[in-house]
Amino acid sequence: MSWVLIAEQSLNGLQFGLMLFLLAAGLTLVFGIMDMINLAHGSLYMLGAFIAASLVQVTGSFAAGVLLAVPATALLGMILEVSILRTLYARDHLSQVLATFALILILNEAVRLVWGSDAALAMPQALSGPVELVPGLMYPAYRLLIIAVGLAVAVFLFLLINKTRIGMLVRAGASNREMALAMGVNIQALFTLVFGVGAALCAVAGALLGPLLAVQVGMGENILILAFVVIVIGGIGSMRGALLGALLVGIVDTIGRAFLPIAFGAFLPPQFASAAGPAIASVAIYLLMALILFFRPQGLFPARG
Amino acid sequence: MRRSIFIFALLAAFPLAMSAAGQLFYVGMVSRMMVYAIAATSLNLLLGYGGMISFGHAAFVGTGAYVAGILLAEGAASAWLGWPAAVVAAGAAAALIGAVSLRTRGVYFIMITLAFAQMMFYLVNSMKAYGGDEGLSLPRRAQLGFGLDSANEVVFYYAVLLLLGLVLYSLHRLVRSRFGRVILAIRENEARAEAIGFPVYRYRLACFVIAGAAGGLAGALLASHGKYVNPNVLHWTQSGTLMIMVILGGVGRLWGGALGAFVLLGLEQLIADYPIAWLAALAPNYQQHAGLAVGAAMLAIVLYAPQGIAGLLAMKKDAPA
Amino acid sequence: MLRLEGLSKRFGGVLATDRVTLEVASGEIHALIGPNGAGKTTLIAQIAGNLASDAGEIHFLGKNLTALKQHQRVRTGLARSYQVTSLFGRLSVLDNIALAVQARSGSSFSFWRAVSGEKKIFDEARAIVAEIGLLEKERSIAATLAHGEQRALEVGLALATRPRLVLLDEPMAGMGPQESQRVIALIEGIRSRVTVLLVEHDMDAVFRLADRISVLVAGRLIATGTPEAIKSDAQVRKAYLGDA
Repeated sequence: MSWVLIAEQSLNGLQFGLMLFLLAAGLTLVFGIMDMINLAHGSLYMLGAFIAASLVQVTGSFAAGVLLAVPATALLGMILEVSILRTLYARDHLSQVLATFALILILNEAVRLVWGSDAALAMPQALSGPVELVPGLMYPAYRLLIIAVGLAVAVFLFLLINKTRIGMLVRAGASNREMALAMGVNIQALFTLVFGVGAALCAVAGALLGPLLAVQVGMGENILILAFVVIVIGGIGSMRGALLGALLVGIVDTIGRAFLPIAFGAFLPPQFASAAGPAIASVAIYLLMALILFFRPQGLFPARG
Repeated sequence: MRRSIFIFALLAAFPLAMSAAGQLFYVGMVSRMMVYAIAATSLNLLLGYGGMISFGHAAFVGTGAYVAGILLAEGAASAWLGWPAAVVAAGAAAALIGAVSLRTRGVYFIMITLAFAQMMFYLVNSMKAYGGDEGLSLPRRAQLGFGLDSANEVVFYYAVLLLLGLVLYSLHRLVRSRFGRVILAIRENEARAEAIGFPVYRYRLACFVIAGAAGGLAGALLASHGKYVNPNVLHWTQSGTLMIMVILGGVGRLWGGALGAFVLLGLEQLIADYPIAWLAALAPNYQQHAGLAVGAAMLAIVLYAPQGIAGLLAMKKDAPA
Repeated sequence: MLRLEGLSKRFGGVLATDRVTLEVASGEIHALIGPNGAGKTTLIAQIAGNLASDAGEIHFLGKNLTALKQHQRVRTGLARSYQVTSLFGRLSVLDNIALAVQARSGSSFSFWRAVSGEKKIFDEARAIVAEIGLLEKERSIAATLAHGEQRALEVGLALATRPRLVLLDEPMAGMGPQESQRVIALIEGIRSRVTVLLVEHDMDAVFRLADRISVLVAGRLIATGTPEAIKSDAQVRKAYLGDA
């Protein structure tokens, strides 16, 4: 087990975690401020990827395609919010769960009708090779781009939330919605904006991960659960929690899958290790979640008291 | 009560009618609907009566299916072993998952149950010895003994019908029992229930376990019916499907789960078997995109008829003359 | 009967309960008064077990309750009613009370026998419903009752658990004079069976019912004594009753 392998996997974990953060950030804001469960969040991620795939084909440029896909998806997200999701804010959680689950079904089929079951999205030629970070450690350039974008977006979000007026309204809304309402904030517009930002973040993640994870119908559901785990661990409504949770989940998942089977192999007889290793690795983050919840049922940084 | 007996009489007569008409395929189809009716009813206990929005119920149905399936695959053919084992296993899984999940509230609870169910999915997926992601084919259905051949569709049908009746009757009695009253009170006002001396957590956990165990029974029946188990039965979208059934049929109503299962599966079958000419002219592949219609219908129900079909029927009955 | 020692509770920067030490004697009606925001409901919540205290101890009938959860405290004979009505809205008056009776008459982990067959529970529930004056409305759905009737049911639920000590949090909240008289009569009626810790703003009721009064201001207990003593206490007059 060389240090190169450890470094590589750590970077992979960081990369995955940052993308998870993009998804989790939008999700936790919507939960925290609008008190709404949105299962269709993963569908926005999927839409972002498909739209990016098409735009890249049309424009011939990866950067243009991705950059245009973001506002396009944000717009779609806001349309969704204004037309359907808005009516769910006042409803109970069960209704929200079922309605957004229905949306997943509808959007999946809609995508299938328009694009087919999958779309091709290749990483840009210029970034398809490895980069030497330090002597002896080669790392794919594309993944470095993802890490860079992820960090940039994280910084941008923190500045937005903590240093601007809009951000202050968002934080106020997350910790006490009634108070924010009482203070005369234009809630309707704020909600639509928050939703649009969330959709934009999903699009960034979807478009960037597309070349790595395959753009296909149903890709949203798998990552949605991970996003849920992230905000449950981090605490609903908390950006800090979303970031910490996402990094934790990303790293534990990646490192777990890479090293648990090896670790198991060292301690257990081979017939157990070959089965148990990957099995436990695939559920490592759920065990982590269970552990954290056992001691802190509200997550690590609950925004609401 | 009379309505229930009437429905059962209809269901009991059904295979006889189908036998006479030589259409045995439908007997197997309705058997499957009844199995899902059991699964949806078990979720209805949790969701409708208990007010606990568990998005991970498929985990218990799946646990039951796999335990029953693995026993069959390993040669333990008796239903009298396999099915109770499935129930106990599912109940045990529910006890473990419930113990952790029920310490949380609201959206946390929904997401945690979802996450745990997905965890079970991945666990089962990685069990290469039992088919992994391709699933496991089973040599035969569980044996009922008494000279009854469960491979016979009609025999299996009556076995499932009997179990469905048992499950519904048990639910009927449970709701009226002391335990049922407490569960309903907790759903109504959790804080006050605790304030008059009921340890809310314990009652919820018990309800969770009972619902999980009943779900396991449905899973075992599913495994026998199709002679096949597959990790997809544990996927969280299956939990969603079960929830759709419950809300479609009517949450918190005795026949809610069963009604929802029959309607949803019935519609699925209809769409697949009976092409609608004008629709096909508009969209040639419409049958493959049935999900769109299901999704749209579900959305419409949630937005405009949240009480489900049973609720609508009850409303019409209670409306002033 | 009830002894609070140095009870404290902090919410972020606010000290809602500040080292409250208080004794409620067996058989008395002890009133707790104070201006709005003084922390009376918070204190009730701490005693009942809804809120965990940051410091201090609660002793009831010689037992230390501090670590017990609410449902456990109810089992020892300590019940509360709520300032904001909290009933089983969709159940009837009788069913509401019957639940409380059921809670203390054996285990409810019984899954098969119908509760409707347990005559004893409903007989006892009916008696309590009569005591709170709602017998003609026993079949009415709780949510459809008038405000005063709901407050009566609110108190009834606490009493149905047959407590030794009942914490009544503003039972007369939002009531007109006639309804208030009924509640006063009810409390007088239970005086012999139950010790009462009563939080109220209605000073007439307080001075008519209370054997002793404690005054809470900004989370601190500033005085305890007989109604006469409290009426003439200078500090209390300044802080709450208004200078004469």
